[in-house]
Amino acid sequence: MKKSTKAICSLAAIAVLAAVIFYAGTLPTTSMFRTTFQMASIYALLAVSMNMLNGVTGQFSLGQAGFMTLGAYTYAILTIPVAARPNVYYLYGVAPWLENLILPIPVALIISGLVAALFAALIGAPVLRLKSDYFAIATLGFAEVVRIVVASSWLNTITNGSLGLNNIPSFKSYYSTFGVVIICIAIMGLIKNSTYGRSFKAIRDDEIAAEAMGINLAKTKLLSFVISSFFAGIGGALLAMYLKAVSATTFTLATATYYILLMVVIGGMGSISGSIIASFLVIFSKEWWLRFLDSPAYIGSFQVPLLRSGFRMVIFSIVLMVVVLFFRKGIMGDKEITWDGIHRLFTAKKKKREVSDDAR
Amino acid sequence: MLKIDNLKVNYGGIEAVKGISFDVPDNSIVTLIGANGAGKSTTLRTIAGIVEASGGIITYDGEDILHKKTHEIVGTGITLVPEGRRVFPDLTVLENIKIGAYLRKDDLSDDIAMVYDLFPRLKERNWQLAGTLSGGEQQMLAVARALMAKPKLIMMDEPSLGLAPIVVQGIFDIIKEIHKQGVTILLIEQNANMALKIADMAYVLETGSITMSGTGKELLADERVKKAYLGT
Repeated sequence: MKKSTKAICSLAAIAVLAAVIFYAGTLPTTSMFRTTFQMASIYALLAVSMNMLNGVTGQFSLGQAGFMTLGAYTYAILTIPVAARPNVYYLYGVAPWLENLILPIPVALIISGLVAALFAALIGAPVLRLKSDYFAIATLGFAEVVRIVVASSWLNTITNGSLGLNNIPSFKSYYSTFGVVIICIAIMGLIKNSTYGRSFKAIRDDEIAAEAMGINLAKTKLLSFVISSFFAGIGGALLAMYLKAVSATTFTLATATYYILLMVVIGGMGSISGSIIASFLVIFSKEWWLRFLDSPAYIGSFQVPLLRSGFRMVIFSIVLMVVVLFFRKGIMGDKEITWDGIHRLFTAKKKKREVSDDAR
Repeated sequence: MLKIDNLKVNYGGIEAVKGISFDVPDNSIVTLIGANGAGKSTTLRTIAGIVEASGGIITYDGEDILHKKTHEIVGTGITLVPEGRRVFPDLTVLENIKIGAYLRKDDLSDDIAMVYDLFPRLKERNWQLAGTLSGGEQQMLAVARALMAKPKLIMMDEPSLGLAPIVVQGIFDIIKEIHKQGVTILLIEQNANMALKIADMAYVLETGSITMSGTGKELLADERVKKAYLGT
């Protein structure tokens, strides 16, 4: 495919995307599409960030919720309007140094990413020495520690203990969230295709061979862990913005890490485009398309059995099980959507497969 | 260039290499031959820093490299073509080649052209995943990948393992070609016949010790070597 054709296709795709985002923004705030679209885009960022570590670098982490909590709390603490603070901290009072400390939203957003990244750098060195299951367990433990520490009574005047924080401000414009998500995902896309990205993939494929290529295993794994956590922190902050309130139980293993892991698996381990597609599919089904399953329905006077509050999640879980059992590589495998790939999809039949005559 | 003096390596209480010494002079082909479990691979892995030595000295251009990490050793100009090829199966051929130059910061295009010149087969398979290549092609890729680091010394661990005789001949032709371009080669082989034919200097390793040494031709003619390794 020619470069100019590709450029035209890319421009067209960007225009379509911009049009959809703009269309969503013009809808009334009660519109299901408007809200789920925004939520799904935040989850897309979270899924891509988890994929950097779990899929691209092959280090299976379950610590996503911990880094999201760190990001969300950092953002909330730094941005809740000063006037609203006495109300938010009505029970324990607010720490004196925090009383008048307020930062602009973009600055607070970056700091929440940095705080998550800092913690990743601190725990990374010991934790990344562990292999596969042990690494997963250690990161899971870290996430639980974060959750408990955040809700502990000696942080009452900062995190508001188990009461959590509310009154969290968000961007003035509906579109800003998409801007942040697109920038973050684009940065991760660039990283994936850089020398660093290649070294991440090399570590996933074969650690010993990667080492023999001169890749510093400890340093490179740590880099991937820090990058992934940075964007998980920003994603957590965006979710706090979206939810307007956050507490220690907002992001748990079940409600955050597993959901995001499922998006990564459904989309394909190692594929950024797969993670994005899967996030939209999962969030749209969970929050919107499958909602009808939760309310009783009647055909004439006959009540359709099983349809009641919570049934949606049963169907959802079955769908996920089917995917994990029968489509283990996910939607995209570890490939990305490229114009060449789409082009090949339509011309594949014409090509004859060349059989290797080399002796094996 | 590379000097190994009284190198000892333990694998969980078992002494795999029992104090061996040999030299790899500049611009030579040195080969270690020996049966399975003689300690050949262990020796290479120790030089590359993947396995830790329990004693001895390894110097490269007069510099001690025994206590360096693998990525530092690769940085000094030594690369390892590991046993069983170990290409990155889910990376494309081109990505595999590029990752070989991981420590280099300069422009790669000339060298990519150079290895594609050496292995036209790989150029045809540019965008294929390395895991889908045949055994011989994977071995070519492993060598191409190692060359991308612009090594002064290339260490090859059983490049002929599991390949058809005609492919093995091709691999050895490549080894000679690389040597002609000024790269020093340390080669480990079970295929003693082929290895000795191209070696300047050869050592026979038996259960962790060097039992014989000489030029490739001398060992080819040696009765004991013939009996034990050449099957004639």
